[in-house]
Formats: sequence, C-alpha cells, structure tokens
Amino acid sequence: MTPPTQTSTDPNGDAGTTYRQTPLRKAWAFVRNTWRGLTSMRTALILLFLLALAALPGALLPQRSLNEQKVNEYLGEHGWWGTLLDRLQFFDVYSSVWFSAIYLLLMVSIIGCLVPRTSDYVRSMRAKPVLTPRNLARLPHHEHGHTADDVETVMATTRNRLRGWRIVEREEPGGARSISAERGFLRETGNLAFHFGMLGVIIAFAGGALYSYEGQVIVLADGSEFCNSGIYNFDSFNPGLRVDGTELNPFCVRVNDFHAEFKNGQPIAYEAGIDYQSGDALTTGDWQPYDLAVNSPLRTAGDRLYLLGHGFAPTFTVTFPDGQSRTHTIQWRPVDQTTYLSQGATKFEEPGITDPVERRENQLAVTGLFAPTPAMHGSVLSSAGPELNNPTVAVDIMRGDLGVDSGRGQSIFEIDQSMVDSGRLDRVARENLEVGQSVTLDDGTKVSFDGVERFVSLQVSHDPTQNWVLGFAVVMFVGLGASLFIKRRRLWVRAAPDGERRTVVEVGGLARTDQAGYGEEFTRIAADLLGRK
Amino acid sequence: MPVNETLSQYSDWSYTTSVVIYILAMVFFLVEQSFGRHGRKVAERTRTRQLVTAGAGADDVSPGNDDTGPESDNTGPGTRNTGPGTRNTGAERTRAERFGRMGVALTVLGLLLHGAALVLRGLATDRVPWGNMYEYVMITCLVAVAAWLVLLRKHPVRHLSMFVLLPNVILMFVGGTWLYSEAAPLQPALQSYWLIIHVAAAAASSGVFLVPGVASILYLVKARNESNPDSFASFAAKLPAKEVLDRIAYRTTVFAFPVFTFGVLCGAVWAEAAWGRFWGWDPKETVAFIAWIIYAAYLHSRATAGWRGNRAAIINVVGFAATVFNLFFVNLVTTGLHSYAGVG
Repeated sequence: MTPPTQTSTDPNGDAGTTYRQTPLRKAWAFVRNTWRGLTSMRTALILLFLLALAALPGALLPQRSLNEQKVNEYLGEHGWWGTLLDRLQFFDVYSSVWFSAIYLLLMVSIIGCLVPRTSDYVRSMRAKPVLTPRNLARLPHHEHGHTADDVETVMATTRNRLRGWRIVEREEPGGARSISAERGFLRETGNLAFHFGMLGVIIAFAGGALYSYEGQVIVLADGSEFCNSGIYNFDSFNPGLRVDGTELNPFCVRVNDFHAEFKNGQPIAYEAGIDYQSGDALTTGDWQPYDLAVNSPLRTAGDRLYLLGHGFAPTFTVTFPDGQSRTHTIQWRPVDQTTYLSQGATKFEEPGITDPVERRENQLAVTGLFAPTPAMHGSVLSSAGPELNNPTVAVDIMRGDLGVDSGRGQSIFEIDQSMVDSGRLDRVARENLEVGQSVTLDDGTKVSFDGVERFVSLQVSHDPTQNWVLGFAVVMFVGLGASLFIKRRRLWVRAAPDGERRTVVEVGGLARTDQAGYGEEFTRIAADLLGRK
Repeated sequence: MPVNETLSQYSDWSYTTSVVIYILAMVFFLVEQSFGRHGRKVAERTRTRQLVTAGAGADDVSPGNDDTGPESDNTGPGTRNTGPGTRNTGAERTRAERFGRMGVALTVLGLLLHGAALVLRGLATDRVPWGNMYEYVMITCLVAVAAWLVLLRKHPVRHLSMFVLLPNVILMFVGGTWLYSEAAPLQPALQSYWLIIHVAAAAASSGVFLVPGVASILYLVKARNESNPDSFASFAAKLPAKEVLDRIAYRTTVFAFPVFTFGVLCGAVWAEAAWGRFWGWDPKETVAFIAWIIYAAYLHSRATAGWRGNRAAIINVVGFAATVFNLFFVNLVTTGLHSYAGVG
C-alpha cells in the first residue's frame, strides 16, 4: 500500500550493455523502493492519520471489550448495518485486523526511520565540530571587536567561557586561530529516546495483551473468603492470549465488612475492611489487615485487588411444612446505581427429597426487588436512597421447576422465564416484606425476610508488563522534553592578530533548530568574549 | 466537608463578572482591530521580513530537524523590535492603539476575577476546583487567557486578542449556563491526589492548545488571501505575516504537547490505581490518544517537505477540534468511565 516513490529503478536502463534488468534486480528494486516509501516521513504522517482515524470508531461505537451488552443492544437495533459493522470488526476496533495492520506498518516505518538516524547520531557524536567558516559576518549571528590581549589569551578565555560546549581549536594561516563549538546534542538524543521509548511502550503493551488477566468476583462482606487459586472461583474471567487460567498467583482475602458513607444521597466514601494472606502466610494461616477502597487497591503476590462496587444480599429463610428450614443470603444486582434498588432471585430446594420428578415440583424462588430505603408508590416499591434505612423487599414467590437441571446455564440474579412461560413454575405469593416479616404459603411453607448483608464486587488484575510500560513511557516523556526544548546550536570564534598588540575577535553563531532564544544567548556569550559589559 | 455556600456564591459572581469584562475587552480589541492602523503596520513590517529558508532541501525530512531552516529564529529579534506596540518610540500612539492597551488591561482584570472565581470555588468546597465539567471549563479558559497574555509580551499580536477571547467567552458562557453545577464534594473515585495532577495537566494543555488553534485558523485565512488577494481582503490585511502566526502556533504547541503527554501519562497511572488497568480504550482515553497522534503529526509535518504551512496549520486546527470534541462530545454524549461532568 505504500510505494509512492516508484520511479525508474534504473537510470542506465536504456544503455543496456552495462546494466541488465533481471527479474532478481527488479524484485530487489521493488523491495528497496517499498522500504524507502514505507520509511519516508510522508508515509509515517499518513499512517499516523490513519491510526487516529481508525481509533475513532472505538470511541463512538460500543466495544465488546468494554461492554458486551451494549454491543448486543446495538446489533439488535441496527439490523443489517450492525451486522456489517460487526463483520468489519467495528465492535472490536483495537484487536481488529485493520487497526493492527496500521500500527504494525507504523512500527516498521518508525524502525526504518530510527535505524539510519541512530547510526547518523553515533557518527555525529564522534565527529568534530565543523570548520570555522571563512566569513563569519555572513552568519545570522555575528559580532566582532578588538582587544589588547594576544591570540593565545583570547583562545584561553574562549575555552573557559565555552565550558560545556564541544569545541575544537584550529590553527589558521596568518597566525590566526579559531574555535568551533557545538552544543545541544541532547536534542537528538532525546528525540531518539522518545521514539525508542515509544517502541518499548508498544511492545510492552502487546506483552500485556498476552500475559495479563482480569477476574471479577462478588464476595459477601460477612467474613466470606475468596482465593485466587483458579478461574472457577471467579464470576467472570478475561484472560490474555497466553493465559490458560492455571498457575494464578495464590493469595486469599477475607472480606469482613463494608462501609459506605453518603451525604445528601451522594456517596462520599466506600471502604471494605479485608484480611489477606499471600506467600508463606498461606501455609501459616496468618492474616494481614487492609482497608480496601476505591483508588487504593491491594497489591500483593504480584497482583492487584480492586474494590469495584458493592450491593446488597437479602437473607431469606424458608421453613418447610415438616419443620426443616433453609437460609440463603444471595447477592441481588443493583439496577439503579444511585438508589441501589436491587433485583434478584434467591432459590431454594426442599431438603430430603430424592425423587427428581418430585424435586422439580417443589423448588422455590424468592424473586423481586430490594430497596435499602423504601419509597412506596401505592404498593409498588422503589428506593429513595442507598443507605440502609428500614430495608424492604417486594417479592414474588415462585414454586415449581426452576429449570436448574435443564442443562442451560442460569443467572443467579434471575429465574428462567421460559419455565414460567411453559407453566412449570407458578407464582404462589406476592408480598412486600420488611425485616422480620414473613409470608406463609398455601401448603404451610413459611418464607421470612431475615435481614440484609452487603457484598463487594472485587477485581483481581495481573499484568506483568505494566511496569515496563511505565518505564518506557517515562523514557518517552523525558526524551520528548529534551527534543522539544534543547536547542542545537553552533558558535565560532576567530582571533587574528592585527598589527602590534591588537587582536581582532570575531564571533559567529548559528541555531540549527526552530527555537528562539539563541539570539539572547549568543549576545551574552559574544559580550563576554569581546570584553563588553 | 461542608460546602461553604457564601464562598460558592462569591465564586459564581466573580465568574460572571469576569465573562462580562472579557466581553468588554473584546469590544476594545474590536475597535483596535477595525480602526487601528497598528495591525496593518505590524503586518507590513513582518511581511518584509522574509524567512531564510535555505538548506531545507526537499528530502531533508528526518524528524530530528524540525527546523524551518537552519536559522529561522533570526526573525525573532526582528519582530521583537517592533514590540507589542509599546516600543514605537517617537511614534504617536493612536487612539485605536490606546483602545488596544485598555483591552489588555481589562483582560488582565478579567483574568484576576477569573482566577478568584476558581480559588473561591476551591475554598468553598475544600478541594481542588476541577472536579466537574463546569470547573474544568473554567480552569481551561483561565489557562488559555493567561497563555495569550504571556504570548503578548513577546509577540506583537495584541490586535488579534479578540480572536482568542471570543472562543473563551463562548466556552465560559456554555460552561456557566448548561454545564453549571453546584459546588459539591467529590465522589469516591475522584478522591485522589492524582486528580490534582492529571486534571490540571489536561486542563492546562487544552487551554494552551486553544492559542495555536486560533493562530492556525488565522494562518489559513492569511494563506487563502495570499493565494487569492480577493478573499478576506480587508480582514487579512490586518493579520500579521503567515510566518508570525506559524511561529506562534508552533511555540505554543511545543509547550502544550509535553504537558498534554504528561497529563495522559498521569491519567494512566491513576487509572491503574482506580480502575484496575492503566489503559482500557475508554472513550476519553481513545480521543486523548487521537488528539495526541494529531499533535504529534503536526510536529512532524513541520519537518516534512510539502507538509509545512497550510497542511500543518490544518492539522493543528484538527488537533484542537479533537480536544474540544473530547471535552464536550465524550463527556456529554458517550458513556464511559470519565463521566464526571456533573451535568444532570
């Protein structure tokens, strides 16, 4: 896609006798021209724009990596257009073929640009400052004057004044001497550091895509524990390309409590009190306390543990007619992030029934809404705020076949609606319950709302390359600063004897970059050298 | 942390007053721009100073040499001699010029009130005053006006002040009406010292980027006029030479770009602590990435034959458009992790 400089590959082509265009040479010319085209600045610029353009859909369209649900909604709403976009990978922009192609080409382009520049740089570091021009008056900056000092003294003063410059002193005909000085090599150093740092960031970033993983899990804040020992402990798990879910870094956490602080309904602080153990403590059983909060993750065993969110888990007890009872505390999903009105389904099975058919007739589910601070609109429950203040549930109690043996996966937050539709799961009661209240079903089964626990949703993140990314990014930043603010500039001083006891001193200067300010520096140096105050 | 209602009220008054003063200053600059010979004089003076563009061969495009020639800064001292209209010793100050100077004085006054509004907001809430979109727009505009005033000390472009104040006033008006939010404490995700660093760097760079954006638009107008003297004839006559506008755009971009880079970097470090990953292609991150690429392309374009001048100016304008897009569209239309606008 990038051979814009395909010109005649062979200037002597028509001479014929000295140069024959063989297929091999043609191929070589093509490769060479492609390479030159790809590594030219113009191509790099176009690739930069393409990269910016290609990244844009990721900000405008929902992305699978961020929110799969929104992608599905979009697909549902947009018909063939959505399908087309999906086929063209517009919902996975940053792992798409075209995005990858652009940044890989850009990387090749950068490398192709950096290799010759690095060798130029090494050569220029070893080279001596250039010869003093014969006519310094032609330079953009120029001053001259007379002094009573002899040439040798002038040279000594100059050497002294130009400390920190790279200088070379030369003899010139007629007893004159000159000094060429150059400064600001750090500019090119910084420029190269910036580009190499950027390559480093890209490579380390790619490494992260291979070896990192993220897992999310909900843990009740009642002393429940979670161990990072296998992916089945997580509710969801996003592995990097080379992560198979084995050999996770082992550590365990115990969530003791969770505090949320509000002011006028606005959250002020979230904090979970946890204990954790990792390394040797896993065998000795020692727990370390930690206050897990937003912006304050736990860093242990090479992983990070984050507090992502929180919610409520109501406790229900079902007392069956034969006197046996079962108590479950299951998290319900917050459906409103401001008031924490939550929705869920707590599922029960009557103990002691072995016949599968009979079991499928007597399963129970308590499903509905939970409000931390209830606000009743007639008999419809909603929530007035996120604080626990007379928590109330509005539940349907369903009896029948929950479909847990159907082979289909089930959400822990919902009942299987198809079971209701097919008549195998019936509603047997609908009630609003406060803590301590209960409802008795027609067969004598009693369902009571006993209280509420908080849960926290945690995330474990593992990214072995992120410190490399940071390191390279810092190199990039420092290099950028140097390459933009350091001036590359040259200065020449010539001292020539002019009759008896007099020396003509000429100073010339040239700034090699687009930075202002050299004029002032030059004037200062020239004034010092010419003995002006 | 109770919110001090009185201070918050004073902050709002201060903000409104500063907008009014900026508008007044704009009127003064408009007078100078319209009736002043100053603009035309400066334009003529700078036009005679052609740049030495020797040595920049067609293929001399390595990104290291982002110079417009071996010695483009020789116009620096030259333009400085003309001064911001103050060092014309002997020349009698015209009335229009006096209007311009009063405009600057008013702008400084407006800036002081603007700064006071910001400080009072901070005192009222007992936190850094850049925790929602209204406050963000406030500090961004503050930086833009301050950057322009600093620039005026070195470049004789005072008569262009109106073009910088105009977008500022529009932004501040939008900020003060649609984006306004009551002084309130921060939500937990924002309670971090990174808020101070990351948001300040982002706001400062966005504010400074306004200046090269405006300068580049003026550059394009001027260039259009040079290629076709009939277009923008009377307007372009009062603009300084293209090279002056180009240099202003470049200098300010070169200053803002590292600040912006630093802001993105700090954002990544903060995201690692707050969201569990340093980079996740959140819409705000994505558009910041895009804007960064565009400004990087701008810096490279100035070192590439065939891309200097018009194309570079267009790239700079596009870069500023991306910055504005990132502020408004991403905050208000898309939903992402950066949804702290506080606009409800």
